[in-house]
Amino acid sequence: MHADPKGVLTGVHFLDGDHACCEGTLAAGARFSAGYPITPSTEVVERFASRIPTVGGIFIQMEDELAASIAIQGAVWGGAKAFTVTSGPGFSLMMEHLGYAAMTETPCVFVNVQRGGPSTGLPTLPAQADMMQARWGSHGDYGIIALCPNSPQECFDLTVTAFNLAEEFRVPVMMMLDECVGHMTEKVVIPEAERIQVTPRRYTKRQPADFRLYEPLADQVPDMVRAGEGYRFHVTGLTHDDRGYPSMNVETQDRHVRRLQDKLKPLANGRALSETENLEDAEVVVVSYGITSRVAQRALQLARQQGIRAGKFRLISAWPFPEARIAELAGRVKAFVVPELNLGQMVHEVARAAAGKAKVMPVTHAGGGVHPPETILNAIVEAVR
Amino acid sequence: MNETTLEVPYEIPVDAHNPVEPFLRMDRMPHIWCPGCGIGTTVNCFTRALLDSKADLDKVAIVSGIGCTGRVAGYASLDSFHTTHGRAIPFATGLKLANPELQVVVYSGDGDLFAIGGNHFIHAARRNMDLKVICVNNLTYAMTGGQTAPTTPSHVISATSPYGVFEPAFNLVALAEAAGASYVARWTTYHVKQLARSMEEVLKKKGFCFIEVLSPCPTLYQRRNKMGDGLDTMKFYKQASKVRHGAPTSECALTKSGEIVVGKFVDRDRPGYFELLNAQMTETLGERYAEPEVVCGNC
Amino acid sequence: MRQLLTEIRIAGFGGQGVILAAAVIGKAAALFEGGYATMTQSFGPEARGGSSSAQVILSSEPILYPYVAHPDVLVVMSQEAATRFAPELKPGGILITERELVRVDNYPPGVRVYGVPATRLAEELGRKVVLNIVMTGFFGAITGLLEAESLRRAVADSVPPAMQKLNLQAFEKGYEYGSNLMLQMGANGNGNGDPVLALESA
Repeated sequence: MHADPKGVLTGVHFLDGDHACCEGTLAAGARFSAGYPITPSTEVVERFASRIPTVGGIFIQMEDELAASIAIQGAVWGGAKAFTVTSGPGFSLMMEHLGYAAMTETPCVFVNVQRGGPSTGLPTLPAQADMMQARWGSHGDYGIIALCPNSPQECFDLTVTAFNLAEEFRVPVMMMLDECVGHMTEKVVIPEAERIQVTPRRYTKRQPADFRLYEPLADQVPDMVRAGEGYRFHVTGLTHDDRGYPSMNVETQDRHVRRLQDKLKPLANGRALSETENLEDAEVVVVSYGITSRVAQRALQLARQQGIRAGKFRLISAWPFPEARIAELAGRVKAFVVPELNLGQMVHEVARAAAGKAKVMPVTHAGGGVHPPETILNAIVEAVR
Repeated sequence: MNETTLEVPYEIPVDAHNPVEPFLRMDRMPHIWCPGCGIGTTVNCFTRALLDSKADLDKVAIVSGIGCTGRVAGYASLDSFHTTHGRAIPFATGLKLANPELQVVVYSGDGDLFAIGGNHFIHAARRNMDLKVICVNNLTYAMTGGQTAPTTPSHVISATSPYGVFEPAFNLVALAEAAGASYVARWTTYHVKQLARSMEEVLKKKGFCFIEVLSPCPTLYQRRNKMGDGLDTMKFYKQASKVRHGAPTSECALTKSGEIVVGKFVDRDRPGYFELLNAQMTETLGERYAEPEVVCGNC
Repeated sequence: MRQLLTEIRIAGFGGQGVILAAAVIGKAAALFEGGYATMTQSFGPEARGGSSSAQVILSSEPILYPYVAHPDVLVVMSQEAATRFAPELKPGGILITERELVRVDNYPPGVRVYGVPATRLAEELGRKVVLNIVMTGFFGAITGLLEAESLRRAVADSVPPAMQKLNLQAFEKGYEYGSNLMLQMGANGNGNGDPVLALESA
C-alpha cells in the first residue's frame, strides 16, 4: 500500500532532522500525536501541531510524558497510527508505557532525540547514551526495534520504516535520533506518495465469534482489531492468554514472553538494516551508528589513506542487534572499533557477538559533542598494530 | 437492600443465573472481589445504566487503571482496556480523540485516579474531555493490602498508617468541580437506584463527567477500623448519608464516621474539547482546516 | 580526490536572524545548485537574546563531519560574536562584519576583512529586521561562492510570501554594496575586482 498523499510534502526541502522526522510520521500515515515539550525533540511535535490541522488529525500536548506515551496507545486501539516524541528525562518517564506497548503488542512509534544524561544532563547537546535504555528500559523481557538515522534524509525515510515495522511486528519502534542529527539541517527529498510504501495495520478478517485477540499467526504475530467494531475485546498489561484474558501462571508467562522476543527474530539478522563498506578485505571494522557514523566515516577515509584496510559497519537497526553478522565478521577481522557518544553501550553487544574471536575496542565519549575524527583514527591505527 | 428489577429487552441465555449476564464476560467468572466488596454492586448499576440509556454496546469502551476497581474492565463485555497504574484517563483520552464516536468510560479506584493519576484527572477535566469517569472510592489501596490513599480520612488505621492517618484527604467532588468537570455526583453502594440513574445521565451527557461511589472494603478498611462487615457498612451508609443535590462541593468532604453528603452537585454545560478545537482552528485557518480524521480509512 | 569544502560560521545576537541567514546560504547550495550543505546551530538558553551562531558547510561531496571549528568564512553581526569567533578563523579566511556594530582587531594572519553597514541599509528599507538578509547579499557578492540567483531563490523560499519583496530588496542592497566594494578595492589595487575565490580545503 502506498502513502496517503494528504500527508506527504513531496518535494526537495532544507530541513533539520526533527522536522524531517515529523514529515516521516505524516507520510507514514500518523494522524495522532501526543507529546510533552522537551529539548531537543520538541521541534518534531511543533511541526506536527502546525501541519496536522490542515491534514486532518490530532496533536495533543499532554500534561506529562507518562500521559503522552499512553495516550498514543489509546489512539492506536481506536484505529490511529500514532507516535510520541521525547528526550532523556522524558524517555525515562515513558519506559512504563514502552513496556505496556510491548506487552499488549500495540504498534506505535517513540521518537527519542538523545541528549546528554543522566538526569537533566545536557539538554541542548548530543549523546547516544540511551541505547541500552531503549533495549532494556522497561521492566521484564520483551523485544523492541530501534532505528538510528544519521541525517535528516534518514530521519524522514526511517520514520516511515519505523511505522511500517511497528505494524508488521506489532511492537513499539524507537527512532533513536541524537541532538546533532535532530538539529542538523540538510537537503531532504520527499518522494511522491505513490512511491512511499506504507504497511497497513494487520486487521483481522475473522468474525468476532472466531477471533482471539492474541492468537499468534504463522509469523508469531497476532492480528488486530480496533475499538467500536463489535469485537468486545479485552486488552491488559497483565500476562494474558490468547483471548487476551489475564492468565497469571508459569506456562502462559513462558509462552507469551518468549513470543514477544522471538517474533522479532527475522529482523535480527536477515532483515537487519545496516550500511557496510570495504568489508571484503577489512582487517579492522568500525561499528558505529547515528551521528558518530559520519564522524567515523571521516576517520575511515583517513585510515584508508594511510593504507589501513579498514571497513565500515553502520548499524541502522541497532535493535534487534545483528548478532550473526558481527559474529561472522569476527571470524575474519582482527578487531572492531566501536565509537559511540556514551561510555560504552553497543560495544558490549559487539563484544558479545564477537565472542573473543576479534579484539573489540570502545572509543568512548561522555556526550556534549562528537568525537574528533582523529580520536577514532587513532583507535583504528591502534587496533591493527 | 432494595431489589433491582430489570426490564430486559435483550435475550437472556436460558441457563443464565442473572439478567446482567449479557453485559459481562461470564467466562471470566468468578470475579476476584471479596465478599461484601461494593465494586460488584457498582457494576450492576453500570449494566442497568447501559441498558436504560439504550447505548450501542459495540460503541462503548471501558478503560481501567490498576487496582481492585481496575479489574472492572476485564469483566465488562465491551471493548475494554486494563491499562497501567494511574493512566486510564490519558489512555481514554487518546482512544476518544482517535475515535470520537466511541462512548469512553473510565472505571477505576480512588488511589489510581487521584494519587498516581491525579494529574491526569485534573487535566482531562480542564479540557472537558468527553469521558465518563466512575471512581469507586473505598478509601484505601485494597489490591495491595490496605495502605493509605489520598482519600483515606483522618484517624483511620491503614497498613502504612498503623497509628492513624494524619494527612488531610482529598475531597474528590470539590476537586472535580474546581478542575472543570461538567457533571459531578456522589453516591454510595447503598444508593443503587440513584447511582444507576446518575450513570445513565452521564452516558447521555457530553463532556467530562465524574461520579464518586463510596464503597466498602470490608476486608481491609472496615475490619481494620472496627467498622464491621459489608452489611454494617450498608447500615452506616444508610444512616450517615444525606441527599443534598446541588450542595456546594466544598461542604462535602468525607470524614471517618461523619455525614456523607450524596447527590448531584454539578451539572453544567461547558464547550467540549472537539467543539473548542474546531472553533479555534476554523477561526484561524478557515477553509484550510481539515476536521480530524484520525482513523485510517483503508489501513 | 580533492573535494571542495567551505566552512562558514554566522554569528550575532539572538533575534538578528542568524539562523535564517545560514539557512538561506545552505538552501542556495543544496536546493538550487545541486551541491551539499549541512547547517548546524547553537541552541540553548544562550541562544535566546544572547549570542547566536550557526554553521554551514558547503561541499561538492557528501558532508560527513558536521561541525565547524575553524571556518573559512566568518560573518559577524555583533561585537561579542566577533571577539569570540574571529580568532578561530582559518588563516587566509574571510571575515565579514556589520561595520557599524563591530570592530575587530584580533584575527589570524592573512584574513581579509569586509564590512557593510547592514543595519543602516536595512533601516533605509524601513525594517531593521532584514539586516540578516542584507548581510547575506553582501556575503554573496564578497565570497562569490554561490550564484546570486540561487541565493535570491533561497531568500524567497525561506520567508513568508508577504515578506518576500522586502527581503529580496534587502538582499539586493547588500549584494550591491558588496559588488561596489569589490570593484572599489580592485580599483585601489587591493585586488583584481573579482569576487574572492571559492576556498578550498581538505
